[in-house]
Amino acid sequence: MLSKYIIPLIVIIIVFYGFFKKVDIYECFLEGSVDGLKTVVSIVPVVLAMIFAVNIFVESGVLNLIGGKFKEIVPMIVLRPISGNATLAYMSKIFQRYGVDSYFGNLASVIQGATDTTIYVLALYFSSVGIKKSRYALIGGLFADMCGIIAAFIVVKCFF
Amino acid sequence: MINKIWLILISIGIGYSFFNSNINMGDIILDSSTAAYDLIISIGPLIVLWSGIMNIASKSGLLGKFSKLLKPFLRKIMPSVKGEKALEYISSNIAANMLGLGSVATPAGLKAMKELNEENKTPGVASDGMITFLILNTSGVTIVPMTVIALRMAYHSLDPSAIIIPSIIATCFSTICGLTLDYIIRRKNAK
Repeated sequence: MLSKYIIPLIVIIIVFYGFFKKVDIYECFLEGSVDGLKTVVSIVPVVLAMIFAVNIFVESGVLNLIGGKFKEIVPMIVLRPISGNATLAYMSKIFQRYGVDSYFGNLASVIQGATDTTIYVLALYFSSVGIKKSRYALIGGLFADMCGIIAAFIVVKCFF
Repeated sequence: MINKIWLILISIGIGYSFFNSNINMGDIILDSSTAAYDLIISIGPLIVLWSGIMNIASKSGLLGKFSKLLKPFLRKIMPSVKGEKALEYISSNIAANMLGLGSVATPAGLKAMKELNEENKTPGVASDGMITFLILNTSGVTIVPMTVIALRMAYHSLDPSAIIIPSIIATCFSTICGLTLDYIIRRKNAK
């Protein structure tokens, strides 16, 4: 219910604030879009690579080997800390199979929104300053993700 | 890491398909190129649009203002971080992450790591401040998960943005859990 007001609210605040700060808001928008376009172009090969691998994996039917009610969510949870694009590819498969507004569709969306590519981020940030021993950073990060996933299950039950 | 994941997905999928006679793996491989094209075309424009909006937030100083608001809170949860500059970069990283501004967040985050590493007494080993920062970063609250919304739109969801509030609740919970664990470990190590 409340969700639908968030985007309009953010847009109006940003546009008004920019206008009153005498920023050339239209130019700013165009400039930002160019950056966005560059981002989209740069993820094309990654998305292709991930859709390719995820499609092969999912369509092979190998998931039927795992039992249980939530077997469709398992690959998502495994892939999530490593690659955002792989999870995106997998999420689109879930949308295709169960429908975007289905229980699994909503669950996958909330999990994606509530967690992050923890392993990837830690590797990037630590290696940038030559840290070899990360101590409890990985455990802490993955623990937080796990809590986010558990919360996603509960929240989706309550909201949809 | 990503090499292994890629190999595992492909080899398990193709390997298993040999035992599953009612699928045509050749077709699936060929189809994945169009599937990727469809995905990019359907989520791309919204990413471009949102980048435009967020650039206004960044250029008008709204982002800076937001990150200033976060600073006192960050000082509290990262008592070991002494440098003012480090704290500044950390808050702009977290603020940018919250708004989904990846292109601003990452450079600020890497600068924060550099500052934190300068006050790090144990070279090559992560400091407490670094760990708290990264736990906060990776569990961090995203207000609008735009890529997810774009993908939901592409699949004709009746209400693409309905997941915003549930996502915020779940991600707040994960942040609180992560920071609590971090606090407990730090307390234990201090003893």
